[in-house]
Amino acid sequence: MKIKFNLNKKDVIVDVDPSMRLLDVLRNVLHLTGTKEGCGEGSCGACSVLVDNMPYDSCLTPVINVMNKQVMTIEGIRESKEYETIANSFAKMGGSQCGFCTPGMIIVTYALLMKNPNPSEEEIRLALSGNICRCTGYQAIVNAVKDASKGGKHE
Amino acid sequence: MLPEYKTSVKKVDNEEKMSGKALFTDDIQMDGVLSAVTVRSKISKGKILNIKLPTLPEGYYFISAKDIVKENVCNIIFSDWPVFADKEINYKGESIGLIVGEDKKICLDLVDQVVIEYEEKEPVFDMKNSAIHKDFEKGDKSVLNDPNLESYTEKFQTGYQEQVYLETQGMLVYLDGDKITVKASMQCPFYIHKAICRTLGYPEDKVRVIQPAVGGAFGGKEHYPSLMGAQLATALVKIKKPIKMVFDRKEDISFTTKRHPSETTISALIDKKGKIRALDIHVSLDAGAYIGCSGVVLSRALIAATNTYKFDYVHISGDAYITNKIPSAAFRGFGSPQSIFAIEMFLAHVAKKFRYPGVLYKNQYLVETGDTTSTNGKFRDKIILKELIVKAKEMSDYDRKEKEYSKPNSYRGIGMSYFLHGCGFTGSGESDLIKAKLIIRKDKNDIVTFYTSQVDFGQGNRTTLKRIVVDTLGIPEDHVIYDAPDTDKTLSTGPTAASRTIIIVGGLAAKAAQHLKDIWVSGKEQEIIEPYVGPDYIHWDEATMQGDAYPGYAWGVNVVEVSFDPITYEVHVEETWSVYDVGHAIDERILVGQADGGILQGLGYGYLEVEEMANGEFRQKTMSDYIVPTSMDAPKMHTAFIDNPFKYGAFGAKGAGELTFVGGAPAVCIAIEQAIKEKIYKIPANPEYLMEILEK
Ligand code: FES
Ligand code: FES
Repeated sequence: MKIKFNLNKKDVIVDVDPSMRLLDVLRNVLHLTGTKEGCGEGSCGACSVLVDNMPYDSCLTPVINVMNKQVMTIEGIRESKEYETIANSFAKMGGSQCGFCTPGMIIVTYALLMKNPNPSEEEIRLALSGNICRCTGYQAIVNAVKDASKGGKHE
Repeated sequence: MLPEYKTSVKKVDNEEKMSGKALFTDDIQMDGVLSAVTVRSKISKGKILNIKLPTLPEGYYFISAKDIVKENVCNIIFSDWPVFADKEINYKGESIGLIVGEDKKICLDLVDQVVIEYEEKEPVFDMKNSAIHKDFEKGDKSVLNDPNLESYTEKFQTGYQEQVYLETQGMLVYLDGDKITVKASMQCPFYIHKAICRTLGYPEDKVRVIQPAVGGAFGGKEHYPSLMGAQLATALVKIKKPIKMVFDRKEDISFTTKRHPSETTISALIDKKGKIRALDIHVSLDAGAYIGCSGVVLSRALIAATNTYKFDYVHISGDAYITNKIPSAAFRGFGSPQSIFAIEMFLAHVAKKFRYPGVLYKNQYLVETGDTTSTNGKFRDKIILKELIVKAKEMSDYDRKEKEYSKPNSYRGIGMSYFLHGCGFTGSGESDLIKAKLIIRKDKNDIVTFYTSQVDFGQGNRTTLKRIVVDTLGIPEDHVIYDAPDTDKTLSTGPTAASRTIIIVGGLAAKAAQHLKDIWVSGKEQEIIEPYVGPDYIHWDEATMQGDAYPGYAWGVNVVEVSFDPITYEVHVEETWSVYDVGHAIDERILVGQADGGILQGLGYGYLEVEEMANGEFRQKTMSDYIVPTSMDAPKMHTAFIDNPFKYGAFGAKGAGELTFVGGAPAVCIAIEQAIKEKIYKIPANPEYLMEILEK
């Protein structure tokens, strides 16, 4: 089936089984590998993407669900001004170690700061709670989000 | 207040990792790549009588023991794990073969259709068949005959722990000319290299292992990738097309190696005043079906069994038992978290028995500079543990809280653990077994390149090792090239394990760079091959477990504060304070990252992460069953380092990767004990266990 959606600000049409996971469409059909699979069942957030500006687990999302919607992946986000601020804050605070959770963390941070430019620590922890990081202990990521919310100062 | 890291430099892999550009194994695209799926045994012990395959479509293959080129054994420290089970099955999930073909879905279907006839045998799940026994003692035995001493015994248990590296195990193999080429999620490129050469009987130059981006490892990718490598290389020799095998999370949790479950019995002879005069410690480790690295894990568990303490007499022994379960293997700490948990809890319990508050009791046993180690080696370097303790108390307001929370129904607790970690391979392993050699060379334009076999799976060592060379040479950062390991380019500087990367390889890199600097002639090609030379004082006898077990020790203190909900029995970790002596801290931001991640994993081990085994199978198989801490569970963490430069490390640095894990479990359990006013003997101390204790 042909499915059309807007991906990273460009329209795309894919011809796939409509029940195919959005994650597989992104990674295997469109070859955008910045979105990661950590668990395949909605428990880790490594596969986070934005659908109409809301974070979604792309491993749980059949591609048909994003028909005619706007999808943003790390490949699109990284072109934005906001990304630069967030990435600088992650670097400054040490928010990325092995990096496997990082694209997902950045997506979620981006979505949070769009909605709530000045989140409290509680709000940050809650927003990140669907994204597992096994390396950092989260503290550095929470610090990075805080720093980004203050506009971050470049290194 | 957000931290400022004054001694830190920009991490070299930040850009590629944050932008999603870094290529992890499954991100690597290759034309015509086939998928491999493992056929696994459904029984725990028995004999394979017959394998009945479904009709394989064109282009689909079954690879098994009959395809072994030379030797059906996976090269691990002790090599008893077959590449493919041939006749004997020793655990449920053991690999019998691979189905390889273009479409992974079809492979999965075919795997389901393979019918294997077994002759089942009675599996052994309990620790009763010891495969390795170790035993040693220290001190004056005559105390054992003192009739005035009272004997006191306790037993402790620790469970499995799953690494949950966020990137699952995966490997890609292909032929480059006639060279077997491997890209994989790994820790030790040369382990995989050796395993492949051995099973195929190939010379070293016919196999090449290249490290792509690796999404976490924590010990879990130290040995298992060797097995995958041996299997996939066997398939590649037959099929001659690129093959990729990437586990989904369920397969990864179900069938890859975990932390050894343990049982530790500690008996003390105690005098009237409550002082321990003699100690007997026995540690049992469940090795699973194959020994692999369990002997070394047992050694570390035993050497660490007296932790940061000294006693007049100690007898330490232990066994690694073979059972019909998934083999246990490396995980951050490598045996020491099990035995250190036991001794910390034991001392906390004896302190209670004699009504000493908090850490007052255990403070009387602290080792000091110049004391002997548990194996009659010597703590040569300055020990500043007491300074660490003072600082940790100050940061956490320990004394006040300890007193306050000890009141009835406080439902709050504070716990403090002390710990050490021996850096590097045990004993003379570095000089005798690993024999690291590091190449550093300079081209005509004075651009310096150096090579190690250390994998950066998140610890930041690519940044720190490069920095060591840059700073030693005193040249601009962009004049030094340091890429991920490639066995065609680098000599082995050893595995990325045992907290050896900075202390051993960092030291080696600094030395090599210094030698290059000494002979530096601008505009000329120059090369140094620097072999590792250990400190000459290291003498170790593995058979008797006597001597200096490690070239150096890193030290730590954790303070953990918890609250307890008497209705749900849930524990919440509120805050942690940690103080470490890792020698000299080269890059503070990277070290704080190790510290935060380490303690959270250690806390998870202590109170949250449950992995149970029933009938040779794990009960928790996915990330929704096996729970690791989230950002909501994670406490606020405070970390400090006290400078204590180590003579033999690069810029005075010692190891930090494992140290930061070790103290979490005992500290959180001591805190929980204070909150519930009962004793804990088992981890994870999850709500079910706490309910059991409180309702007994
Ligand atoms: S891969 Fe989608 S939530 Fe883990
Ligand atoms: S940085 Fe490794 S999982 Fe988050």
